[in-house]
Amino acid sequence: MKNVTNHQPVRHINNPPKTVGTKNFSVEHILTLTNLTKKFGAITAVNNLSFTIEKGNVYGILGPNGSGKSTTLGIVLNVVNKTSGNFDWFDGNTSTHNALKKVGAIIEHPNFYPYMTATQNLKLVCKIKEVSEEKISEKLQLVGLLDRKDSKFSTFSLGMKQRLAIASALLNDPEILILDEPTNGLDPQGIHQIREIIKTIASQGTTILLASHLLDEVEKVCTHVVILRKGVSLYSGSVDAMNASHGFLTMHSNNMEMLQSALEGNPAFGKIKREGEFLIVYLNEPLDASEVNKLLFEKGITLSHLVKRKESLEEQFLELTKQK
Amino acid sequence: MFRLLSIELQKLRYNRAAKVISIIYFVLITFIALIASIEFNFGNFHFRVADQGIFNFPFIWHFDTYMAAILKLFLAIVIVSMMSNEYSYRTLKQNLIDGLSKKEFLLSKFLTVLLFSVISTVFIFAVSLILGLLFSDYTEIGIIFSGMEYIGAYFIKLVAFFSLCLFLGVLVKRSAFALGFLIVIQIVEWLIYGLMKWQFFKDTEIADQVSQFFPLNAMANLIKEPMSRLGAIQSAANQLGESFTKDYSVSFLNILIVLVWTALFLYWSYAILKKRDL
Repeated sequence: MKNVTNHQPVRHINNPPKTVGTKNFSVEHILTLTNLTKKFGAITAVNNLSFTIEKGNVYGILGPNGSGKSTTLGIVLNVVNKTSGNFDWFDGNTSTHNALKKVGAIIEHPNFYPYMTATQNLKLVCKIKEVSEEKISEKLQLVGLLDRKDSKFSTFSLGMKQRLAIASALLNDPEILILDEPTNGLDPQGIHQIREIIKTIASQGTTILLASHLLDEVEKVCTHVVILRKGVSLYSGSVDAMNASHGFLTMHSNNMEMLQSALEGNPAFGKIKREGEFLIVYLNEPLDASEVNKLLFEKGITLSHLVKRKESLEEQFLELTKQK
Repeated sequence: MFRLLSIELQKLRYNRAAKVISIIYFVLITFIALIASIEFNFGNFHFRVADQGIFNFPFIWHFDTYMAAILKLFLAIVIVSMMSNEYSYRTLKQNLIDGLSKKEFLLSKFLTVLLFSVISTVFIFAVSLILGLLFSDYTEIGIIFSGMEYIGAYFIKLVAFFSLCLFLGVLVKRSAFALGFLIVIQIVEWLIYGLMKWQFFKDTEIADQVSQFFPLNAMANLIKEPMSRLGAIQSAANQLGESFTKDYSVSFLNILIVLVWTALFLYWSYAILKKRDL
């Protein structure tokens, strides 16, 4: 609520659930997607997608290239027409274009008027979003472009363009910041700068929706993920819950057949697969490596290799998005 | 409304090409005044354009609006590019994401078109008034302000033409191609007219009846060419045994046709914007 005083002169900033008094007091829904579908001719880019974005969380939309991430964002950002289904901004209390004034969004390419300077471009955005121009310097400072504020956009490097886009998205102190592949095409330094900025913004409590195919990017900042493949949602929920599997064991013994049959008889172990000379076993319940060792030793099996690991987000992602 | 206009004007203000062409356009309109200074000397024969009556009220309204309307092509470049640039810079997408609705976007363009047309109309009115006061043989108030329908027709003509430019900008997305398309429309209109006039409906009025509904032809008909109305040309024609019985007035049906086209261009622009995925 720290920003309320700054916003007072601007009429469109309010907190609908509190002032209007809708049914939900505990959670503010920023965006709700219900059975959203988009078809491009015969291709279904987004298929019956539903998820909800709640205030204060950091969401990641993960998916391989062409999985419908950008299309989904395009639909909620009013630039792509949906085929069917619905989406509601802020519990459906405002029209989409008015809701977007409370949103900050960056899509793949930074799009500005090349013949205008950074400041002139941002002033235009202020006019569109109907916010005052006083924050321009502050936001340029945040992304480190204040000393280039009077340079034409066409003279900027890609990294600078992307940072200007972030500054532009933050001008209205948005309720939610939407980032679509923000580090695409940047050099390592640029990627680092953008990530630092995102972390700073996330730490201030701004809701963020980050679409990416870079998993470490999502893993580092997101609390929730939606995983897409071919326009279908494969998983939607918190990152922690996704990691809720109990991990897996990599083992090796002199007698692999005996080991495998011993494991197969035990309900604590799930899927078992051979990988080279090792046996990979997924756990169905929390089980310590030492307990497993003890259990097997009692059955007369000695292990020469035993490692317990949890899957990284990357492994889970690859597992989930594998072609079936 | 003011917000939408100021958004579009900001986009244009820093665009050097748009600024230069707009300035050239208005300077060229003032240059109509230069026609006054055209003089020939063939031995004893002294000819001065200003003395031929083209600056007489109310004829000057007709003459000046006709001449100035030719120059609208300059502003057409600005208008087509202000639309197609939004596609090539991908700023249309950004504008929508920033919270402009598609309707507001088109409205901001159309308001700018209206503004340009108003300025141009006021400008041609002022230039004609000054030229007329300097050179006209008749300066009675009643005569000065007769023939005002040409000023009105000029305004409608500009709005309609620029709306067509907007529409082509939306449709084609590239300024050069959009302007090329404009020429194609003109050629197609001529071709259809020619085919009707000299092939299918020979010796009838059908070709003229139909072609008055063509968009560019309808706009052109709003202000018909004023040359044959000049005294000198009339008398020359009389000597050759020809006489003109042409109606130079601004017809109501014509205005209606042009207004319908304007509405269609705007509606189609909106429909395309709405339907197209960016």
